[in-house]
Amino acid sequence: MKLRCLCVLPGEHFGEEFGKINLMRKVPALRDGDFYLAESIAIMIYLAEKFETPDFWYPTDIRQRARVNEYLSWQHQGIRTHSSKVFWLRVMIPMVMGVEVPKEKMDAALEDLNSSLKLIEEKFLDDRPFIAGDQVSLADIVAIVEIMQPVGSGLDVFQGRLKLSAWRDRVQAAIGKELFDEAHQAILGAQENVKLLDPTVLQASKSKILRYFM
Amino acid sequence: MVVYLDLLSQPCRAVYILLTCTKIPHKVHAVALRKGEHRTPEFTNMNLMQKVPVLVDSGFILTESDAILKYLATQYDVPEHWYPRQPQQRARVDEYTAWHHTNTRAHAAKVFILEVLLPRHMGSAVDKVALNNALSNLKNTLDKLETMFLRRQPFLCGDDITVADLLAICELMQPLGAGRDILKDHPQLQRWRSRVQSAVGKSFDEAHAVLYALRDRRQAKM
Repeated sequence: MKLRCLCVLPGEHFGEEFGKINLMRKVPALRDGDFYLAESIAIMIYLAEKFETPDFWYPTDIRQRARVNEYLSWQHQGIRTHSSKVFWLRVMIPMVMGVEVPKEKMDAALEDLNSSLKLIEEKFLDDRPFIAGDQVSLADIVAIVEIMQPVGSGLDVFQGRLKLSAWRDRVQAAIGKELFDEAHQAILGAQENVKLLDPTVLQASKSKILRYFM
Repeated sequence: MVVYLDLLSQPCRAVYILLTCTKIPHKVHAVALRKGEHRTPEFTNMNLMQKVPVLVDSGFILTESDAILKYLATQYDVPEHWYPRQPQQRARVDEYTAWHHTNTRAHAAKVFILEVLLPRHMGSAVDKVALNNALSNLKNTLDKLETMFLRRQPFLCGDDITVADLLAICELMQPLGAGRDILKDHPQLQRWRSRVQSAVGKSFDEAHAVLYALRDRRQAKM
């Protein structure tokens, strides 16, 4: 399986070639022979099945699998919406688009994020080492990457959250620190990297972006 | 097995339809959201998120309609087409159910919230600007449903009905509570809706009885 890196901001995902792979023009996208697939959740599950990864990633036990699916379902609106928003409000909109974000919008977004993190700690982790139980699963990967997004905006969401921090350490250990760091290199360098971006790339979508986030 | 449902809720209807048309033995425990029954200490104890649907199967508590539908389709003896086992066919269903949350669900629910729920709770008039925005987003979603999922297939994920179709149809029916048929100008999606209704039989209207009653009450007032 080959990994091809695309740059989303300059608009590589709007090219003709990518359009053939993913009509939705979003990343990630997978092409396996003649089979095309979008949506990270679907892709991860497909890969886990196809490559017969260790059972804990997506357990064959129906109830354990349901636990993983429960998180994978909740997280779209439960955390992803909020963590993405915080990143856009703290980095993309002010730093790339040069638009000031009203304090009440930022406060509201942070409040939503805090509520989500609280739910993750209380319901999805509770007293378990990982979301689905004793072992790491796709749920933990999907969770950690969303939680790291606001960290990339300079917000240390782990501070003061002992349960979440301990879980992050366990997920890091399960994935392997090297891979974890490699995967997060771009987002953790975001505040510096966006300074190199051409602000006009978002110009065309400016009103849409502002209407969506603010 | 007990399911906690409010049939005014779209995801609850999807679960209800699957249970009823596949005849999985179950009990329905009605939860009236408008009366705040999802905020009682007992309910919160069972589901910290205070949402429906919730499934309780011999002590196993599960939330999220997406996960519940897939659990039912794999745990019980139902026709395989609901959630195919073949990886690429299953991936198509997983692809839709993921996309569904921030697209179909988000945009169709918003229309109902703006036309019915908010005015009811706030005692205010409908915010026309917000509603137009929401309808525009929804139109976008309907176009994508036709061009990216349905295309020339009978159902969203292929030749047979799947749990994806149930989730989608229940969201798209919701604005009907305000008397708005959002599929009115989309003949392709209307034909798909008819196929879904045929496939699930009388459980469709049973599930939507509460929504139809809301529509009729509002029409009677006007």
